[in-house]
Parts: sequence; structure tokens; C-alpha cells
Amino acid sequence: MPKTLGMRCRECGEEYPLGPIHVCELCFGPLEVILNWDEISSRVTRESIQAGPPSMWRYHDLIPVEGPPTVGFHVGWTPLLHAKRLGRELGLKNLYIKNDAVNHPTLSFKDRVVATALTKAREFGFETVACASTGNLANSVAAHAAEGGFKSYIFIPWDLEQGKVLGTLVYGTHVLAVEGNYDEVNRLCAEAGGKYGWAFVNITLRPFYGDGSKTFGYEIAEQLGWRAPDHVVVPCAGGSLISKIYKGLNELNRLNLLENGVPTRMHAAQAAGCSPITTAIQTEAEVFRPQKPNTIARSIAIGNPADGYVAMETVRKSGGWAADVTDEEIIEGIKLLARTEGIFTETAGGVTVSAARKLAQQGRFGEDEVVVIAITGNGLKTQEAVADKLGSTVPIQPNLQSLADALQTDRLLQAV
Amino acid sequence: MTVNVLVPTPLRKYTGEKETVQVAAGTIALLVADLENQYPGIAARITDEQGELRRFINIYVNEEDIRFLAGKDTPIQDGDNVSIVPAIAGG
Repeated sequence: MPKTLGMRCRECGEEYPLGPIHVCELCFGPLEVILNWDEISSRVTRESIQAGPPSMWRYHDLIPVEGPPTVGFHVGWTPLLHAKRLGRELGLKNLYIKNDAVNHPTLSFKDRVVATALTKAREFGFETVACASTGNLANSVAAHAAEGGFKSYIFIPWDLEQGKVLGTLVYGTHVLAVEGNYDEVNRLCAEAGGKYGWAFVNITLRPFYGDGSKTFGYEIAEQLGWRAPDHVVVPCAGGSLISKIYKGLNELNRLNLLENGVPTRMHAAQAAGCSPITTAIQTEAEVFRPQKPNTIARSIAIGNPADGYVAMETVRKSGGWAADVTDEEIIEGIKLLARTEGIFTETAGGVTVSAARKLAQQGRFGEDEVVVIAITGNGLKTQEAVADKLGSTVPIQPNLQSLADALQTDRLLQAV
Repeated sequence: MTVNVLVPTPLRKYTGEKETVQVAAGTIALLVADLENQYPGIAARITDEQGELRRFINIYVNEEDIRFLAGKDTPIQDGDNVSIVPAIAGG
């Protein structure tokens, strides 16, 4: 029996046969893959998962592909660490970091969605893959396309961080730097997808792609000892990840694999310079208003989030809240996580850490509750953001006197 | 009939698979009515029962999202290019 049965519109419920389609023909709502729960629940247990590989593919039975993975074999199963020192700063005893800054192979959570999408692309018979990206997805599609022998076309905004551009070009792909912001890149790709017949992972294969993010939620629960956390703070760009983490937790609960049901409140984090989702939540608005992004957090600078409504609904349904933070607070968040936990995250992670701090200050977390901060990307990719904010090196000569002098000066400076 | 409208793949079954169609100048609301006259059935895909733009549809006039302009009252003139684009994920 296949485990994927077809597609269904989230908005109006219309059903479609399984295929590389992503939009409802009736209302343009996003399509989701319908899983065969009879089949899945007959074979998925904690033991069957634990017997799987130390990667996201231990949840293969719940990922919407039919055959075995064909790329990205080692994606996922990233560390979930008890962040005691950061927790002390935030007044939280059970604060955890889910650290996709060290996801294999391209150091962001996007490897999860791309491994899923490209495995499905091969099943559909595509030979060319593509994406619209703010950087992390670009890196991941290029890397996995290389691994799988796909031809690839990557569309990015022209002003992306250098690290993200180099980290795409190196895989020997075609990078198209579009003179415009991400929303304009996205729009071009939506038009190009229909014209060229390429598998745009975040367009053509969006329902499959998005479900790769469910593994972020599965892993959190399994790593907590098959318990859903009380809170998860998630950065929002297109708005998909936050809903998929929640979906993942609820699917494990549906399979009776969790100790405590899903008490989880999902909290959205955005940059103040691009906050359509958090603004709508905070003002309790029915619709979000698209914005023109202006923030250093470029990886989440999506002013017109495709899954904005889904993100808002997830937060509301789960009883969570939202916070947005300024560029200064983003830098502080990056430095705070680095200083307390030894983790260097990118700007999006700075957003999430500072948003979590804000939510903690507002008293939204109980002191003993389990709070998970979703760290989705690596700081080495966005060095420009902090380049002139970290002090400088201390130059010395290779002798002990010079060292002693420097330590003296350094100490004196610190004392001032 | 001088406004060009770029039609997304899912709506081309209404336009006889045409990628680009022409409508008269006016407003977005009139554009939808004009499209409906030419290609019956298409309006219900773009607007809901109350005549409001569906929330997963983006419409651009000369590269500008009409939600940053005047919504369905946004004027369109001879020579303008209008794109109808479903929302898409990304990042």
C-alpha cells in the first residue's frame, strides 16, 4: 500500500491525485499531501523509529515520499541541548536549543525540506530542480542537486550575503541574482515554474518540501523522551516551519507515541523590519498586511509570506504569541547565544533568541516549563551582520614580553 | 483592449491555455469582471463569494503588489501589465 494517497487543499478541502502540484485550482489555497494513516499507524512505533538511522530518515514512514531517500542521507537528527546558561539569563530552568545550525550538509534546517523535495523530484521523474531563496535554501538545493546529479537553477535576491552566494556557487549550479527583493524573486519563479517545467522545490514541490520540516518537530519530541515541549519559539519567514513543527508533534500524538499529548504553545519570531505575521498576531488581525522588508535578517525577510495565514492559525490554535525584534536586538541575540551556549547562529537565530527573551520578560513561559528555541541557521554564513560589532583582535609579537604587555593593556582596558 | 494580463498555469484552462490575455483599462475589480465576460468561470477563482480577492492570490500591476496600492480599486491604464500569481512558499 502506498503511504501517500493524494493531495488536499488546506483552504477549501478539494482533493487531487498525487502530483507535482501545489495550489488548489479552485481557490489557490496550499495543497497538502494526504497520508495513509491506516498503513502508517500499523507499522510506526517508538521502537521502529529508534531502529532507524541517526538522521531525519528515521521518520521515513511519515515523510511523503514512497521509496527510500535518494539524496541527503545524513540530514537531521541535530542536537537538542539543555541551555542552562542561556536559561539562567532568561529565567528559565528548562530551556532547550534545537540546533539546526549544524545540520548536514549545508548548516540550516533547509536540508530537511530539500532532502524530501529532491527525493520526491526523482520519484516524479524531474531532471532539473530549482528554487527561489533567501540563501539557506539556495545552499541546500545546490548541494543536494550536486549529490543527486540534478541540473539546478537557483534564484536569489541580488544583495544576498557573500557567504550564502559562495556557498551556492561552489556546488556548480546556475545562480540567477535577481535585481529585486525576495518577494520579487518568488514571483518571478512562480511565473518561470509554469514556463520551463522545472521542479521548483518551494513551488512545484511545495507540499512535499514543506513536510520535510515536520522532522524538526518529531526530533524535538523524541529527544525530550517522547514528550512535546510546553513552548516552541520559531523564526517565521514564509510561515511554513512553525506550522510543520506543530503538525509533526500532533502526528506523533496521533500515533500515541507521546507521553503528554501536545500541550505545546507555538510562538512566532520575526524581525521588526519584516513582521507581517507577528504584527497580525499581536494586533489580532484577520489578515496580514504584506510589508517591504528592511532588516539585516535577510534569510527571513519575506514581506508577503505564502504560509502567513497558516502560521497565524498555528499560533492562535496552540495558544502561543509573537514577538519581533530590532536589528540591534538581533545582534544582541546572536551574541547572547554565542556567549552563553557556544553556538554561533545566523541573523534568524538572533531574531529567535531575542524574541524568546522578550516573551520570557512578558511572563509567557512558566519558570519550570520546557521551552525550545528553534535555531535554524549558522552564523558563519552571515558574518557581515556582526563583522564590526564584536571588538577586534589583539596584535602581538611572538614573544612573552609582548604577550605580557598585551595582557596588561587588555586588563587595563577592561578595568576602565 | 490594451492591458496585458499574465495568467498563471492553474487558470489557463479557462483562457484556452493562453498565457497572456487582454482586458480594457479601468480597475482591478473591472478587470476581473472583464475576464469573466471573456472567460466564464475565471472570476470565482480570483475572488470569493463576496467579491473580495482570495487570500492566496497576489495581483501585481507593473511589478507592484496591489495590496500596497488600492487593492481591488487599484486603477489600471492602457499599456499596464498585470500579473496574477498564486502565493508561494520560500526562504
